[in-house]
This record gives sequence, C-alpha cells and structure tokens, in this order.
Amino acid sequence: MAASTRTARPAVRRITLLVATRKGLWTLASDAARSRWTLAGPRFLGHNLHHVLADPRDGKCWLAAARTGHLGPTVFRSADRGRTWSEASKPPAFRSDGGRSVDHVFWLTPGHASEPGVWYAGTSPQGLFRSVDGGATWAGVAGFNEHPQRKAWCGGDQDGTPDGPKMHSILVDPRDAGHLYLAMSSGGVFESTDGGADWKPMNRGVRADFLPQPAPEFGHDPHCVRFAGSSPDRLWQQNHCGLYRLDRPSTEWVDVGVGMPKSVGAVGFPIVAHPRDPDAAWIFPMDGADVWPRTSPGGRPAVYRTLDGGRTWRRQSQGFPASQAWWTVKRQAMTVDAREPAGLYVGTTSGEVWGSRDEGRSWRCLARNLPQIQAVEATG
Amino acid sequence: MVARPADDPPMIARYRVKIPSPLVSYTLGHDEVIVTLPELSPDHAPPLRAIVAALDSSFPGIRFRMVDEQGELRPHIAVFVGSKAVRDMATPVPPDTDVMIVAALSGG
Repeated sequence: MAASTRTARPAVRRITLLVATRKGLWTLASDAARSRWTLAGPRFLGHNLHHVLADPRDGKCWLAAARTGHLGPTVFRSADRGRTWSEASKPPAFRSDGGRSVDHVFWLTPGHASEPGVWYAGTSPQGLFRSVDGGATWAGVAGFNEHPQRKAWCGGDQDGTPDGPKMHSILVDPRDAGHLYLAMSSGGVFESTDGGADWKPMNRGVRADFLPQPAPEFGHDPHCVRFAGSSPDRLWQQNHCGLYRLDRPSTEWVDVGVGMPKSVGAVGFPIVAHPRDPDAAWIFPMDGADVWPRTSPGGRPAVYRTLDGGRTWRRQSQGFPASQAWWTVKRQAMTVDAREPAGLYVGTTSGEVWGSRDEGRSWRCLARNLPQIQAVEATG
Repeated sequence: MVARPADDPPMIARYRVKIPSPLVSYTLGHDEVIVTLPELSPDHAPPLRAIVAALDSSFPGIRFRMVDEQGELRPHIAVFVGSKAVRDMATPVPPDTDVMIVAALSGG
C-alpha cells in the first residue's frame, strides 16, 4: 500500500456556544472560520437556567443548572452533547436538619482532569456541592457548608444580591486537585488546600466600601474570579469595588482598576482571561454609580482589554452600538474560546449574543431576541 | 386506637392527586394519578407528607421539585386537601380525599 502523500492538518475546531437563559437553553454553532453561526433551541423552554457548560475533559458531557418559577432546583445532564438529557437523581440540597434550602444552583465547575466525573456546584444561598458521578448525585462539601465560620463568612441567607446570595467562581488548580478557590457575593474569596476540608478567606487588599471596617478579613463582594490563562498562580477578580489581580504565593490582591477611565469606572460582573497569555484579560464595565444601574456606561457598550497584567486597559467596541445600548452582562455571560486568535463572546440580559473572532477588536451580533441571557460558555 | 383481628386485611388509603402541568414530566404526562398507602389506623389519617413520599416513590424526583430539603412546600407550590389550602405537611389527609397540587406563579 502506497504511503499517503497528504499532509495531516490539525483539525479546525468549530465552536459551540451554550447560551443559558432565564427561559431555556439555546446553542450557537459556528463554521470553521467562526463567521457563520447557527442558532438551535430552545431546550428546557420555560426553565430558568443559571449555568450550562460542557466538560472539557471529554467534550461530550454537558451539565445544566435549572429551576423554574415554581419548581425547586435541579441539575440536568447530557452525555451526548445535549441531544438527550436526564435529571440528577439527587440534586444539590442542604442537610435536612440544617434549616437551609437551596433556592437555585448558580455555578457549575468541572473537577480536576485526574478526577473524571467530579463536578462542583455553587448555590444560592451559598453552599458548595460535589458530584463524583458526572452530576447524577450531589453531596454537600461539609468542609465548607458545615464550617464553624460559614455563617460569619456568608451572612444571613437573605443577605446579598436581590436574587439571593451566591457562590460562584469555583476554581480547581490544574496542578493539584485538592487546591480550590471559591467566591461569594457576598462573603469574599476563599481558598482550600485540602480538597475542600477547610477554607481560609483570601481578601487582603480588596476594598469593601460598603462595610464599616477599613480592611475586613471577609464580607467582600467578588463578582467573578478567574485563573489567568496558562498560569494558575495568577488570579483575576472583578469585584463590586473594582478590579484586582493576585499573584501567588502572595495573598495580597493588587488593585488593577486604577488604569480604567474615570468616566467608565472599574465595576462590572464578568472578567475573562486570555486562554494563553497570563497578562491578558477582558472586562465588560457597567455603571456602578449611585443606585448601581449595572448598564453600559453612557449607553455605549464596550469591553476593555489589558495586555500588561492590568496596568493599562484599552477600549474595544468596534461593531457594538455607538449609543443608546444599555446592556447588562452577567458574570457567567462573557467567555472566550481556545482558538488562535481567541474568540470572545458576550450575552446580554436583553437577549443578544455578540462575538469577536479577533480577540475583541471587532464585534458582531450572532443572535438576538432571546430571553434574558444568564450564561454563555464555549465548547469545541 | 381500634384493635383489629390480626387476619384482617390491611386498611388501604387511596387518594386521587391532581398534578400541575410543570410536574407532569414526572408522571409520564398524567395530570391525575392515584396514590395508595397503608392507613396508620382508623383514627389517624396519613399526613400529607406521606402522600407526597408515596408519590415520589412512584415518580422519582417529583418531591424535591415541590418540597425543599427542610420538608417545606416550596414558595410557589400550593396544595389543596379537598377544598382546603394547606401548607403544613403534617396535615392529616383522610382516605378518599382529593389532593390537588397547584403551581402558583405570577409575573414573567
């Protein structure tokens, strides 16, 4: 048999966006160039989906955090990229003798690469849950949920955002399955080095202007925390009180919001790390003045990008509406793909998905007229 | 308590349970199902929570969507026992009483 003369080319990865909305799940599938996008859905029409994402360990398993207006919280799982779904037989729930009830599952995080089938979930009110069977059954992480300081860290179950206090930004160190971070609105950022058996606040350097103490140990309001691309020793944080960067082993966050224009401010919900460059990240600023409108400042939406670790931020808005666009982008509703150059995506509460295939330089609308978008995640 | 001879057949309590549309995915599309369970005694009707537990054993998962982990009805779920709205899961439900589960929600 003659040897093939054809040169193998690396497969071009098409991207699928999982768009979780207050009324169901839609997907947007790209062509190889990421220029044409095909909208499909809805799935789970009428269900309030706070987070849907694909397992990067196998690419096939998708999990969806769901509830409806009347029905309690649950998790749906698909083992075939969303074609068929089944409900968790034991969704996240607090202990029956603890007096607390999960209102909704807010955040999902796949576990470490060495632990296939492990997932973490963060809930409202704040609770940490773990599954070891791909999301079929969930158990509370006692090291957090029963921690003697938990109530002090979290406050009351009615405290926090209007939609309830939230646990989010559960991060698993890719080098160490036992090294975890989580964030709470409100509560702050916490670290565990023993697989969740114990936790410590990690909020030094972060402002909490809404608290009476000048430098509280906890009680902060992180909106989103991410590992820097290719460097789990660096974390980015979008906080209610600005932007921060943490370079471990330091435990002191550095304020990197000072480089933002005063007229725009440094408040928003999401922060997205470049998949490969640890100095690069994007934010989507929103108006944090007086009553916290949480809309694009001046009605002129833009992302801001840093390429130098947060020292400077540059506006990127080509293609976005130039005026009268009062967008809100939730913390799970901005994401990046792994392609070169990286694609960047935002979903708005007014039901539009926008994408950039040139790392934020130019944008175009990929879908509109969807329900309120709560999360956008990329897979492929 | 009324004593019964040991060879008496067990007393069975039977309930017709109306299922609201958000929960019929659990009941194979049926908006009405029959739940049976042993009656504790002629003097003590089973509590509502026992009927919901029996419902869940036939249709796994339905209970947690309507009752939280503290055993309380979720805020936008209502239950009528006969014509009376109840929220206490300990409410006794006499056999042959109709139980109606209602998903009550306003707004968008």
